[in-house]
Amino acid sequence: MKLDKDHYKTAVYPSPFHAKTSVLNETREFERWHDYMSATRYFDVSMEYFSCRNSTGVFDLTAMCKYRITGVDALDYLNRLMTRDVSKIKVGRVGYGVWCDDAGQVVDDGTVFHIRDGEYWLCAQGRQYDWLLTSALGFDVVIEDISHQMTSLAVQGPTSCATLKAMGLAEIETLKPFGLRHYSIEDGELTVSRTGFTGDLGYELWMKPELAEPVWDALFAAGRLHGIKPMGERALAMARLEAGFIQAWHDFLPADKAVRTTHTRSPFELDLHWLVDFKKPNFTGRRALLEEKRNGSRYRLARLDIDGNKPAHHAFVYNRQNKVIGIVTSAMWSPSAKANIALASLDVPYGEPGDEYLVEIYYQRELAWNRVMAPCRVVKGAFFDPPRKKQTPPADC
Amino acid sequence: MYDAIIIGAGHNGLVCAAYLAKAGRKVLVLEANDRVGGAAITRSFGTGFKVSAGAHLINLLDPVVIDELKLESHGLDLGQKTLKTVSLSHKGQHLVIDGDQLTGQVSDEDRSAFADYKAQMTRFSRLLNKLHLRPPPRLKPGRLSDYLDLLRVGAGLRRLGQRDMRDFLRIAGINIYDVLEEHFDNELLKGALAFDAVLGNHLGPRSNGSVLNALHRSSGRINDDNGTFASPPGGVGAVSEALAKAAVALGAKIRTGAPVEQLMFNGDTACGVRLQSGEQIEAETVVSNADPKRTFLDLVGARHLEAEFAQSIHRTRCSGNVAKLHLGLKSLPRFTELDPTLAGERLLIAPSADYLDLAFNQAKYGHCSDHPAMEITIPSVADPSLADEGHHVLSAIVQYAPYRLKGGWEHAHEPFKKTLIDQLDQYAPGLSLQVISSELLTPADIEAEFGITGGHWHHGEMTLDQAFMLRPAPGAGRYATPIDGLYLCGAGSHPGGGVMGLAGRNAAQTVLSGGKT
Repeated sequence: MKLDKDHYKTAVYPSPFHAKTSVLNETREFERWHDYMSATRYFDVSMEYFSCRNSTGVFDLTAMCKYRITGVDALDYLNRLMTRDVSKIKVGRVGYGVWCDDAGQVVDDGTVFHIRDGEYWLCAQGRQYDWLLTSALGFDVVIEDISHQMTSLAVQGPTSCATLKAMGLAEIETLKPFGLRHYSIEDGELTVSRTGFTGDLGYELWMKPELAEPVWDALFAAGRLHGIKPMGERALAMARLEAGFIQAWHDFLPADKAVRTTHTRSPFELDLHWLVDFKKPNFTGRRALLEEKRNGSRYRLARLDIDGNKPAHHAFVYNRQNKVIGIVTSAMWSPSAKANIALASLDVPYGEPGDEYLVEIYYQRELAWNRVMAPCRVVKGAFFDPPRKKQTPPADC
Repeated sequence: MYDAIIIGAGHNGLVCAAYLAKAGRKVLVLEANDRVGGAAITRSFGTGFKVSAGAHLINLLDPVVIDELKLESHGLDLGQKTLKTVSLSHKGQHLVIDGDQLTGQVSDEDRSAFADYKAQMTRFSRLLNKLHLRPPPRLKPGRLSDYLDLLRVGAGLRRLGQRDMRDFLRIAGINIYDVLEEHFDNELLKGALAFDAVLGNHLGPRSNGSVLNALHRSSGRINDDNGTFASPPGGVGAVSEALAKAAVALGAKIRTGAPVEQLMFNGDTACGVRLQSGEQIEAETVVSNADPKRTFLDLVGARHLEAEFAQSIHRTRCSGNVAKLHLGLKSLPRFTELDPTLAGERLLIAPSADYLDLAFNQAKYGHCSDHPAMEITIPSVADPSLADEGHHVLSAIVQYAPYRLKGGWEHAHEPFKKTLIDQLDQYAPGLSLQVISSELLTPADIEAEFGITGGHWHHGEMTLDQAFMLRPAPGAGRYATPIDGLYLCGAGSHPGGGVMGLAGRNAAQTVLSGGKT
């Protein structure tokens, strides 16, 4: 990546959508996310959240880290990098996956986009360039950090398909979950994937920064009668937890950032068994994961349904003998599931679906601290999983 | 189908083959060159001269290996006596080191300090030798046997006694220059001792870690004496031939002219090799005597390894810094004022530790030394069969000659050879006129002839960061590798370089016990 000679004078940049988002952001609340200003909220976190559940919410994904992988060995490279079988992601498809270090501990998770024949994009929340280059030894691949060359928007919610259709994206309603398609707009390329971090019907739009403002304008004009609203980070965090998605730095510590080896997690320990394919003869972490499969894991990710309505942030989880068996890694009151939900990391053998435990919740009321030992149950699957997520074509298109 | 294929018939490969065959395994050794021995061979050069093309003296071949494989009954002959070391002075005031005795213009203080120094270094290197006879301890929590291994190391240190233990811990990681300054005044003595601390490595006398290399080099015993040298009749190749005879007698099969191109896999497990000829040979186990980079990055391929391990092999430091000079001479050269009976001994050009340091400075910046250090032998003095009647062969190990020479070796090869001959002429006036044939092996030539990455004699720097369980890299430090069915047995593994045979012996024991990383 070629840097401007004065690049060091600016640490954080406005996103290519900033001219639009800064007008809509009534709270003026932005925070730093990698190299960009990112709206934490626009007007009201709950209302923003409900836009992606009841109409359409738009989230500025600019700061996501994006890498382009090309070259004759691109597929072999990704297959060695990731624990899953990447050859199953055909051209025009997207796949979720994780990658591990040699010890089989998760470095990060992300999505692989098979953009064109021989061209893949890898999108991750954390910076991965160093790890990707570390993994490139012996492969004929070109790895480019395109984080600043491509920007993106998440367009999520039950009316998102209708909005995009109204925007002129022909036959968008035929795009299946985890499919992607290229459109021409303003003489540029707009790539649309049916992906997202909300667990709802939704799309992500990928474009060069020059297209950012025209696309935003066209999108909001088309979505006006479909209830389109911008949503900030806090609203997105709610949606992702309801969907049961894990997040680095919350539900697991990236292995390459950990000092203590017991503080990292393997894919098995994050309930991602389905992403580990031992039929591949080699991938980074395979040896350690095979051993873990033989000898058993240390931790288990559990989804908790907790009594009451006090979010169990960072709570200890106890068994009936009052022994600490794990911690809550993410928690909230779920407006859509109407439940007090949490993700927890429990010591094996705890965490079988149906198990009942106690969660120690501290909460403040008018500056006074209260403590409650709330009963909870381990449940299976996402907390909120609407059929429209998978429906093709979506209901109103 | 074979139980084991061994890639490379260097001395460690042959030792490993012999031990595996002795245990009843069906073993095939595949050698790329058309003779056994790897870099421990005797071959001809020029017109009618023969020379040990790589290593030219034996100082580390372990008595345990000699005994266990009954090498003497297979023709091993280390010669009549061990060699004295002569630290040459171009003014002719040479210093002769014979065991712990010094002859020359040297003070009584230095004489007595040398006897003490030599005795202490011998005690230290015998401790090191004990560690060499086993796979290195594993640094992984959980297993009782690993704790016992570590305890054994600690107990060995403790048994040195308080004074020696403190000294050992103080000097093992530091540089030889400072240690020699503590003990001695004589420049020729310090030069000779410093030379042994840097030989074969990218180290100068002021580089930390050089003391460890000195200890390593004196950890071998010839005739039960540490730090001495033997010049086997027939050259070092005769040692390899004895090893090959022992291996064959025990049932191993050896094929020369059979370069391996790739390892073959069954799923994630090594299951044999494919030769450059296309022939495929299957085996239960593959043991590689090739250097770690060649083994993992070429024969296996980085893509068949996990990412971090591949990187750690890639980062292994193995750029050679040693060249080898072979001269075919009309007659025995006359070194200024040197007693002619000493011409067959081990002659050093390392007149002071500072001389070595200045020579190393140039190598640090990618140049070869203008005034290099040399270890010279004239093996034809004791073994006339190496040259025609009346002729002599001179073999010199030359330091420093960096693998990654600025500008490349292509154009520097001949000028450097001339530098070396001119320098020899300074110590033995008229020598340059006696030269009939000459040959210089730079690290690039060593890489090409022997297939060693970087032309590094020891298959990788012999320094703390690449020693014991870290040799060649974590995850492959105990002969087993991350790839099931693949083991290492070469100098790139513990205990490292020099014609020792212990890496091959330890590797065989690991294979036989089904050892894992």
